[in-house]
Amino acid sequence: MTAISRRTRPRPAVGAKWLTIGLFVLPALVLYAVFVILPVLQAMQYSLFKWNGIAPLTDFVGLQNYVIALRNDVFTTSVGNNLLILVLSLAIQIPFSLALAVLLNRRFRGRAALRLLFFLPYVLSEAVTGIVFTLMLQPDSVVDASLAAIGLEGLTQDWLGDSTLVMITLFVLISWKYFGFHMIIMLAGLQGIPRELEEAALIDGADRRQSFRYVTLPLLGPTIRVSVFLSMIGALQLFEMVWVMTAGGPVNASSTMAIAMFKAGFRSNQFGYGSALAVILFVVCLVVALLYQRFVLRRDTEGAITAYGG
Amino acid sequence: MSSRWRSLASTGIIVAVVAACSGGGPSTAPSVAGSAAPSAAASPAASEGTTGEPATVDWWHITTGEPGKSIFQAAADAYTAENPNVTINVTVLENEAFKTKLSTTAAADYPDLFQSWGGGIMAAQADAGLLKDITADIAEWKDTINPGAMSIYAYNGTQYGVPWDMGMIGFWYNKAHFEQAGITAPPATWDEYLDDLEKLKAAGLEPLAIAGKDKWPSMHLWTYLVLRIGGGEALSQMIQSGNWNTDACTKAGEEVLRLNALEPYQAGYKSADYNAEAAAVGNGKATMELMGQWAPSVQMDQSADKKGLGDDLGWFAFPTVAGGAGAATDGVGGGNGTAVGVNAPPEAIDFLKFFSSVDIGNKLNTDNVGLSTVIGTEGSVQDPNLQAVLAGRGDATFMQLYLDQATSGGLSQAFNDATIALFLGESTPAEVCQALTDAAAAG
Repeated sequence: MTAISRRTRPRPAVGAKWLTIGLFVLPALVLYAVFVILPVLQAMQYSLFKWNGIAPLTDFVGLQNYVIALRNDVFTTSVGNNLLILVLSLAIQIPFSLALAVLLNRRFRGRAALRLLFFLPYVLSEAVTGIVFTLMLQPDSVVDASLAAIGLEGLTQDWLGDSTLVMITLFVLISWKYFGFHMIIMLAGLQGIPRELEEAALIDGADRRQSFRYVTLPLLGPTIRVSVFLSMIGALQLFEMVWVMTAGGPVNASSTMAIAMFKAGFRSNQFGYGSALAVILFVVCLVVALLYQRFVLRRDTEGAITAYGG
Repeated sequence: MSSRWRSLASTGIIVAVVAACSGGGPSTAPSVAGSAAPSAAASPAASEGTTGEPATVDWWHITTGEPGKSIFQAAADAYTAENPNVTINVTVLENEAFKTKLSTTAAADYPDLFQSWGGGIMAAQADAGLLKDITADIAEWKDTINPGAMSIYAYNGTQYGVPWDMGMIGFWYNKAHFEQAGITAPPATWDEYLDDLEKLKAAGLEPLAIAGKDKWPSMHLWTYLVLRIGGGEALSQMIQSGNWNTDACTKAGEEVLRLNALEPYQAGYKSADYNAEAAAVGNGKATMELMGQWAPSVQMDQSADKKGLGDDLGWFAFPTVAGGAGAATDGVGGGNGTAVGVNAPPEAIDFLKFFSSVDIGNKLNTDNVGLSTVIGTEGSVQDPNLQAVLAGRGDATFMQLYLDQATSGGLSQAFNDATIALFLGESTPAEVCQALTDAAAAG
């Protein structure tokens, strides 16, 4: 309504600019408010009630759902699993993707084909990937048979059934799915670095390793930091692949925060408690994202954001 | 049909409070006279002729597979042909979509007739004022339905729905494997059963298939042990009081440990889902599984040749436990029914009566849509194994609805979570009983 009334009256230039911006942003803003902000607020409201999703919302319990969550072994195990995947991703997946990107940034025959091949897993849906790997990891199925065929019968395992091994199995598969994505991001970053800089370093007497360490890597910093950020958020929100492959089992050994949340809500019909888990997950992601923006990404985004706002 | 059964089976898991007594007479009977009869159906003739005014009945069901879907539509068409004043709007929904849609439907828009499994979720719907008390409306014809199945759709002495399908869980086994292991007859006692598992194991077979990922198949095994050791009354008492720190619960757990010690489960059981379990039996790798009446069709569907075990498939009831209070005829079972929404017109209940006819029941049986609950349809079941299931249901001295359906909320899921930890060797019997008691207290 305000938009219309504004349009009918002439406005100063600054107002017109904001009106234009407002009009263009409005549809996205409405969608965002209805499908993101509102549900988050609703979840916050539900999380203060004991609610089965059927009866009216009347049993107010304050913060009790949060207390139960933090004392619950399954939830703490889930948080631990999320952190495990996060640490492993940063320690193994990101460096691996970087190494591949550097390699594929060189000129050689078949480079495009390899880039495509490595990116391919990312294109598959998580559910499809999960089902295919579940079948391959069954006893005596593809994985075990392949190991046996090269004389490594001794290494066959109950890949998804062993509670100490299951998270490692899942990590390998998640990395397999996402390394291509991070590789492509870093490849794009590498291609943005002017070759002249490396050449200059080489002319100045630096060897290839030094040129990479002191020229390429610092210039690739912003890209790596974005990749790390996406990887962290992905690790915290981990759900689909795990749900399809193990549903958090055996006996919660591979449960994650999102899985604990889904089970509480849609399996146990404890929508109040489930909402509390959802809010915790939301807060954790938000805090991580804000801290990372504040302390790590700031130098990359500084000019972009501050100039615009000012 | 098999995919429907599978989805029912695997989602039976989300649901369900009502100890179901069968054989001994319906527990709802005494309340018939006392409960308040809805105005329209107060006179005896009302349920027959209803009002004759134009009426609309909204019916949501989840029988998406053929031939069930057509049978349901044909029933609605036949009824409206006889009663031109009535319009039946049939909405066919996939299982998960149905649950989502129902949970977001306001009381005023609630369907008049809809799919129900009875038990805990139905009780929660009744508590929320979403269901109609049909106790008086169906009093005249309720005795035409299997009383045990009927009691699953009653809550606090009030009838809220009518079942159209009801089965019982038992062991489905490979006869050829039994022969191979030199077992001549299915075991009658738990000790014999464990001996047989050893014989099967010694013959190089995988005796028993369970599903560590889906959890509920072995939960039913544990339920049967509690039922055989403690008896039906004790089990009902545990459900009602929420106190699972009982002798029967602990002893059942100890029997599971005896079972575990034999290492009878199929390869990969810890991460297997129900389909993988059914495949293990259907492909002739594992010898048996403890499962409901849908087992043969899922085994067939999941087997490599899509044929399953055929004539090699046999069925036997859960064996008795020495010194236990439970009878060999006590069962664990469940099925499908139709609940009546709070706004339902009398015509909806009249249609329900029509739908509960012997003719339609026979059709459900012959077309393998379910095991009809209508008395007098037993003869139309052809498959000898399903006849055995039906005989088990008919002879049942006590019938317990699947525990995860009979209860609701956190306790429902706790049955699966606590018992699977026991089967996977990550929990003790005492811990299981405590976990269930805690879950019951938390609600």
